[in-house]
Amino acid sequence: MNLIELSDISKQFGKTKAIDKVSITFAPNKIHGLLGRNGAGKTTLLNIINNRIFPDQGTVKIGGSSVKNDEQILRNVFYMTEKNLYPESYSLKELLNLCKDFYPTTDLSCANNLAEKFKLNMKQKIGGLSSGYLSIFKAIMALSSNALILILDEPVSGLDANHRELLYREILASYAAKAQTIIISTHLIEEIATLLEEVAIINNGKILLQEPVESLLQKAWIVAGEKSKVRRFTESMRTLRTTPIGQREETLLFGQIDNEQLQTGKDIGLEFARASLQKIFIGLTDNMEANHE
Amino acid sequence: MFFPQDNEKPIYLQLASAVEDDILSGIFKEDEQIISTTELSIALRINPATANKAINLLVDQGLLYKKRGLGMFVTPGASDKILSRRKELFKDDFVLPLLKEARKISLPAEQIIEIIMKEGCIDESD
Repeated sequence: MNLIELSDISKQFGKTKAIDKVSITFAPNKIHGLLGRNGAGKTTLLNIINNRIFPDQGTVKIGGSSVKNDEQILRNVFYMTEKNLYPESYSLKELLNLCKDFYPTTDLSCANNLAEKFKLNMKQKIGGLSSGYLSIFKAIMALSSNALILILDEPVSGLDANHRELLYREILASYAAKAQTIIISTHLIEEIATLLEEVAIINNGKILLQEPVESLLQKAWIVAGEKSKVRRFTESMRTLRTTPIGQREETLLFGQIDNEQLQTGKDIGLEFARASLQKIFIGLTDNMEANHE
Repeated sequence: MFFPQDNEKPIYLQLASAVEDDILSGIFKEDEQIISTTELSIALRINPATANKAINLLVDQGLLYKKRGLGMFVTPGASDKILSRRKELFKDDFVLPLLKEARKISLPAEQIIEIIMKEGCIDESD
């Protein structure tokens, strides 16, 4: 019911290929991260999933039904957009009631509870909210909608560090209780990394990779040491990014290294460290640019 | 529970080892219930699948057991089990890195032993 399948999706705006033959499946009951640089195609892809814009080709299926032919299926999806699409003169309370009309499963007491935790006054008008509180309100609607699928586009945009922490925990609490399929698109990769089970990276309208975060992290190493030694060691390996630091060099390796190789490297005086999801992301998305342009 | 412990190991291994530390120190006592994976996940801000993986690893090692409908409990003898395995790992995890650093700075064995004897709180705690 909450499986999302995209096959062969393309979308062009003018001469720009915003989405280029993308096929990707978001497995049910998992928290997915959709990561990409500005203009990579994240929001376009999310809009297509939600049938808000139409692809030039390809199909989107949710729970086996095509979103084009079955509008009811989108009632299972709560899409939190980055932009505010609600009329400014409405109060938060009114909007929440409207939300209940569209998502009958909406839990009003859950919403009020969350509003209290974030110290959000539900009587005020949406037009008067700061950008942080606008995000908070949209997130509260998403979390209390009880939709099977939550799609959160930049959910922590404008939030201070305290509120980001609180929201991450509320997302986890909601997921622990309801096991929704959740897709989160964000630029704050470091913060979100431990929340995600799967990650998909989109670059220039194409999916670069999709895999469990844990296995992705196991594939990358940072190797550091004297320049010539690092170069010799990494000669036949896939490297993503090299940072010179004086006579030293740090290189991001991508691909399994076995223990024997690791030991060989250590024996010649090289140092090894694990790379974070953010470092891998930067390496992959920088690298692709260099290769393609 | 110190978490994350370091960046080298996958998170579920770090978490498993943090739970072991709390069994060793007596925060989690034998035959007592430990925190649920949901609570762990929310408290540590990690995906529940990661928390589950850590807890399941400890179950597989016989350090925790499941009571149906209740949750996870510490197996009697878990602390001793962890202790003996940590002792086995002591050489790899602590002594070898120590010797590596000692070699790097040309510190002779006698001096290392001297430091250990001087700091020596190993026998006293027995």
